[in-house]
Amino acid sequence: MDTRNRGGNRRGTAGLPMLAWAVALAACSAEDAGVAPGDAPPAAAPNRHLNILYWQAASTLNPYLSGGTKDIEAASMVVEPLAHYDENGNMVPTLARDIPSVENGGVSADLRSITWTLRQDVNWSDGTPLTAHDVAFSGAYCMHEEAGCNSLTAFADVERIEAQGDHTVRIIFSVPKPFPYGPFVGSTTPVLQKAQFEGCLGVKAQECTEQNFRPIGTGPFKVDEFRANDVISYSANEGYREPGKPWFRTATFKGGGDAASAARAVLETGEFDYAWNLQVEPEVLESMSAGGKGEVLAAYGTLVERLMVNHTNDDPSLGPERRSLYLDGANPHPFLADRAVRRALSMAIDRQVLVDAGYGAGGKPTCNVVPAPPIYASTANDECQTPNVPEANRLLDEAGWMRGEDGVRAKDGVRLSILFQTSTNSVRQGTQALIKQMWGAIGVETELRNIDGGVFFGGDPASPDTFQKFYADIQMYTNNFDGTDPEVYLAGWVCDEAPGPDNQWLGSNVPRACVAEYDALVGELARTAGLDERAAIAKRLNDILVRNQYMIPLIWRARLSARSMSLQGVRINAWDSELWNVADWHR
Amino acid sequence: MAEPATAVVADAPLREHRALWTDVWLAFRKHTGALVGVSVFALIVVAVLFGPHLHAVDPQYLDLGARNQGVSFAHPMGTDNLGRDMFAQMLAGGRVSLAVGFTAMLLALVLGTFVGVLAGYFNRLDGPLMRLTDLFLALPLLPLLLVIIMLFRDTLRAAFGPESGIFLLIVFVIGVTSWMQTARIVRGEVLAVREREFVTAARSVGVRERRIITRHVLPNVLSPIMVSATLGIANAIITESALSFLGLGFPPDFPTWGRLLFDGANFIEITPARVIWPGLAISLTVLSVNYIGDGLRDALDPRLRGR
Repeated sequence: MDTRNRGGNRRGTAGLPMLAWAVALAACSAEDAGVAPGDAPPAAAPNRHLNILYWQAASTLNPYLSGGTKDIEAASMVVEPLAHYDENGNMVPTLARDIPSVENGGVSADLRSITWTLRQDVNWSDGTPLTAHDVAFSGAYCMHEEAGCNSLTAFADVERIEAQGDHTVRIIFSVPKPFPYGPFVGSTTPVLQKAQFEGCLGVKAQECTEQNFRPIGTGPFKVDEFRANDVISYSANEGYREPGKPWFRTATFKGGGDAASAARAVLETGEFDYAWNLQVEPEVLESMSAGGKGEVLAAYGTLVERLMVNHTNDDPSLGPERRSLYLDGANPHPFLADRAVRRALSMAIDRQVLVDAGYGAGGKPTCNVVPAPPIYASTANDECQTPNVPEANRLLDEAGWMRGEDGVRAKDGVRLSILFQTSTNSVRQGTQALIKQMWGAIGVETELRNIDGGVFFGGDPASPDTFQKFYADIQMYTNNFDGTDPEVYLAGWVCDEAPGPDNQWLGSNVPRACVAEYDALVGELARTAGLDERAAIAKRLNDILVRNQYMIPLIWRARLSARSMSLQGVRINAWDSELWNVADWHR
Repeated sequence: MAEPATAVVADAPLREHRALWTDVWLAFRKHTGALVGVSVFALIVVAVLFGPHLHAVDPQYLDLGARNQGVSFAHPMGTDNLGRDMFAQMLAGGRVSLAVGFTAMLLALVLGTFVGVLAGYFNRLDGPLMRLTDLFLALPLLPLLLVIIMLFRDTLRAAFGPESGIFLLIVFVIGVTSWMQTARIVRGEVLAVREREFVTAARSVGVRERRIITRHVLPNVLSPIMVSATLGIANAIITESALSFLGLGFPPDFPTWGRLLFDGANFIEITPARVIWPGLAISLTVLSVNYIGDGLRDALDPRLRGR
C-alpha cells in the first residue's frame, strides 16, 4: 500500500485517520476490485449468460503453453481433447468415437501403439471439419523441441503420430506403453486446428498471440474477446456437435481477487454463477453459504497438502554453489537427514486438528502422497492418522536429541530449529501455526515464513523464494497429478530430478531425497502393464516416500468450488477441467 | 510579520522570563484536541507496555477448544479461528506496531530533515539533493522493498535472529523510503527562513553556518517537521501491515496490528471483533498522534501562540 502521495497536507488532521480506516475497509474494497458486476441481471426470462469467476486470471488460452490450471480450464470451454475424464475418473470419449483398448483392438497387443477413431460429425467453430491431421499436427506442435510445450510429459515416449485417412489417428510409442492415454486425454492436451496454428511451430509458438488468445475450437463456446490476465468473453458455438447445446448463449470468465472474495461473489452477492478453488476457512464458507444463494461443491481427486522435507543443507552461509543442492549426497541436512527426527515430526502432527481448523468438509487426513484412485491408495501408513507425541519424544531421546534449557532439543551443538515456509493464504498460515505448536510439544523450535504465491510458485530461477529453490528446512504446498495414472507423477521424485542450476531449478524432486530402490521401482513401473501389478508398484513407491518421510502428507484436499443455486448441470470433476461439461450447464 | 515581533520585544522586560518550552506547554495546554490526543496515546502506550503483565496469556498459544469465541472474562476481546486470545494479540501487536511506527518515523524524520535543511540552506546542494529526492519518490516502493528484503533478510536473520533482524530491516526499509515528503517540506521552509532578517543578522556578526542552522533555522522549521512526524507514524504502521500481508514482514504468527486486521478481514461476519479492535487501535493511535502534532505545531508557532 503506497501512501506516500498523501503527504504534503500541512494541517493533516482531516486526511490521516482515513488511512487507518482505509485499511479496515481494505477487506471489502479489495474484494470488490476482483468482482465486476454481472453483465446482465436476471430478468423474467431465464438469463442465458453464464458468469464464471476464477480468482487467478487466465493469461493464455493455449493449454500447451501454460502450466496454470486457470488457463487450462478457461481453454477447456473452447478446445477439446479426444477423451475426457468424467467426475468418477473414467475416460469418456469426446472427439473420439470410443476409448481404444487392447480388447477392442485400439491398442496394439505389444502396447506400442494406440489408434483413435474420430467422430465424423465434428466441425471447428469456423465451419471446417475436424480431421485426423489436426490431431497429428497438435502432437507435432507440442513435441517440437523449441516450442517449450508444458504438456510434454503427456507425450513421453511418443515416437510419431500419424493420420491414417481423415478420421483415424495412430500414436506410436518407442517403448511398450501400458498406459497409452497420455496424449489427447484430458484438458491439458486438446486438439488444435492445424489451419490456424500451422505457422506457430517451434520458437514461433509464443509469438502467435492472436492464435494463443483466440484459438478456434470444437467446444461448446468460442472466444469473442480475450483480455490477458483479466476477462474472457465467450459466445455459444452455433455449430456445436450436440444440437440444442450449450444452453447458455454467452459466457464471461472473470479473473482476479482472492479465494474469499470469489466465494462471496457466488454465495453471498450472487454476482457470479460459478467460482473455483475456494481455499477459505470452513466457518467462513459456512457462514457465506448460510444465505442459500449458492452451494459449495467438493470433489476428491489427488490433491494432497504435504510437507516437503529438505534433505540438503539450506544454511544461508553456504552460498549459492552449495545451499540446498544435492551434490550427490555430499550436502546432507544437519538434522533432517536423521530419520528419527523426520519420523518424530510426522508423528507429532494431529492431522484431524489441521482439517478441522482449515478445511472442514474440504479435506481429510491422509498418510499418502497418492491418495486416489482407490486401487493406488496405500493403507500401509495409516498409523500416522493418530498422533503419538510420547512415542515421538521417545524416538528423539533415543536418537540422542536432548532438551536444552530453553526446551529445544539439540545434539552435538545442532539445535532442532526449523524454518518452515509456505505460500501466503490464511488457511496455510493457520496450519503453519498449528504445526508449530505441535512440534513445540516434542522440543522442536519452528520459525514460520510465508511467501507471496506468485513468487513461491512463480518458478523464477533468479528468486531465492521459489519452492524449487527450497531455501528452508520444511515447506508446505499442494500437488496432484492429471488424470488417474500416477506414473509420471511418481517418476518426479527420482534422484536426477533434484532441482539445481543444471536444470534451471525445474526438477520436481523438491525434497532432494535419493534412494536407489525408488529409482529402480520407477523404472519397473514404466515397464509393467497389468493394472494390478502397476497399482502394487505405485503403492510401494508411495510407501517409500512416506515411510522415510521424504514428504509428510497432511491433508487430502477436495477441489472446492461454488455454484449459484440457479445453475444446474454442474458435475464437479477432480480428474479433469471443472468446466469439462459446461455444454450441459443450464438454469 | 514585523509587528508581533516588535510587540514581543517591547513586552519582554515587563514579563517574567520564560523558557521556550514553558511557553509551548502553556499554549499546548489550551488545545483541547491535543490534550485528548495525549491522554489517548498515553493510555495506548501504557496498555501496550504493561498490559501483558496483567493479562498474562501467550498471544501465540492456540487453544483449539476455544475457537471463534466472543467476549468473555478469560478472553476480553474473544479469540480468533485458531483459538488465540485476541486481547493478548492486540497488546503484543501494539508493541511491535508502535515500535515500528516510532522508529521508522524517527529515521525518516532525521533523514528528511537533514536532506531538506542541506538542500534549502546551501544553494550548491539544492539541485543534486532535490533530484535525489525526486529519484526516491519515483521509485516504486513495493518492488524496491521486495528486493531489499530479499537481499538482506538472511544476513540479518543470522545476525539478530528472525524477529529482531526483521524489525531492524523493516524499520530501515520504511525509514529510507518515506523521508522524501519531509525533505521537500523542510527545504521549502528553510528557503524562506534563511532570507529572514535574523539569519542575515547572525551571518553578519560571523556566526558559523552550523550554528545558524541549529540555532536559528531548525527551531523555525520545527512545525512542519512535527506534522511530518505524525504523518510518518501512521504511514509506517500501515506500510508494515502491507509488508506483513505480502509475507515480507514478520513471521506470520507474530502479531502486529496490521496483520491482525488483514487476518481478521475474512471473519468480519463471524467475529467482527477481530477487525474492529485492530482497526480502532490503528485509527486511535494515528488520530491521537495527529492531534498531538496539530497542537504542537500551533504551540510552536509564535504567531499562533497566545491567541
